[in-house]
Amino acid sequence: MADFTIKTARCKGCGICVAFCPKQVLAVDELGKVQVVNREACILCGQCELRCPDYAIFVDKGGAVQ
Amino acid sequence: MERSFEKYFRQNRLPHMWCPGCGNGIVTKAVIMAVEKAGLSQDNTVIVSGIGCSSRASGYLDFDTLHTAHGRAIPFATGVKLANPELNVIVLTGDGDCTAIGGNHFIHGCRRNVDLTVVLFNNDIYGMTGGQASPMTPTGKRATTAPYGAIDRPFDVCRLAEAAGAIYVARSTAFHVQHLADMIKGGLDSRGFSFIEALCQCPTAYGRNNKMSDPAKMMMALRDSVLMKAAWDKLPPEKQAEKFPIGVLYQKEYVDYAKAYDTVIEKAGGRA
Repeated sequence: MADFTIKTARCKGCGICVAFCPKQVLAVDELGKVQVVNREACILCGQCELRCPDYAIFVDKGGAVQ
Repeated sequence: MERSFEKYFRQNRLPHMWCPGCGNGIVTKAVIMAVEKAGLSQDNTVIVSGIGCSSRASGYLDFDTLHTAHGRAIPFATGVKLANPELNVIVLTGDGDCTAIGGNHFIHGCRRNVDLTVVLFNNDIYGMTGGQASPMTPTGKRATTAPYGAIDRPFDVCRLAEAAGAIYVARSTAFHVQHLADMIKGGLDSRGFSFIEALCQCPTAYGRNNKMSDPAKMMMALRDSVLMKAAWDKLPPEKQAEKFPIGVLYQKEYVDYAKAYDTVIEKAGGRA
């Protein structure tokens, strides 16, 4: 199960992570910040973290599904 | 989990001032990934930048940094390198900074072959000053100073660097982050003037003028506009014009300026 660290203060809501996620795990909320909406679907590919221009999102391998 | 590259940032300066979706943040990360891979320390590395959006990067990086005059990053870096040849000097510059205002400094930097690693953030436009056309704006693309499309042909800055005498010339994009980091590392490992062109997106100034203000779509367009050099070489010449080759475009060995200068010192009978 993926473990997301989102540094909200850094996020500018550009949507690059949302667009490059192959599993539609992420979305930009009404405040213009990235949000995890479908954590179970994450395959830990790290595309979001790799291309985030603001160093706001990090994905790690976490524990089992709670 | 905290990433190892975080230590290279001045944490109190983040978040940075670049627009949402700006490619400069991605290229800056690729630079520090390369620094980390090359095993350089924060104490023996100097980052020099000129003026422009891209050149703000030096302010966010926790090295010894110099934010210098417009277009003059390479002369300042040359001074640093010659004063202390032990230092690793990285120049971060933009397309306007390096190819317009600093055009002559750039070609003579290449010719001198000082051991610098120059990373050019190419976003095709002057972003900070309001979207004027730069020498890298593609023909026909709009800018605030070219509302009907730019007339001039853009520089092929990699071929320019090669012709001027750089010993390592590479190109990559903000989409190909790992590849870009590898290209920059190649530059850090080469002794002599290394030049890396990093194509990146400017959704605010360039994108908005050219009907593509979505940063993710701009990155996809970047991805589709390039081809690895090996594949590009196999294209027929008429198709080569449609794509940019990425990868290491040129590499050769040549004595660098500091070493050549040591020979002069020896001949003149200085430094026993």
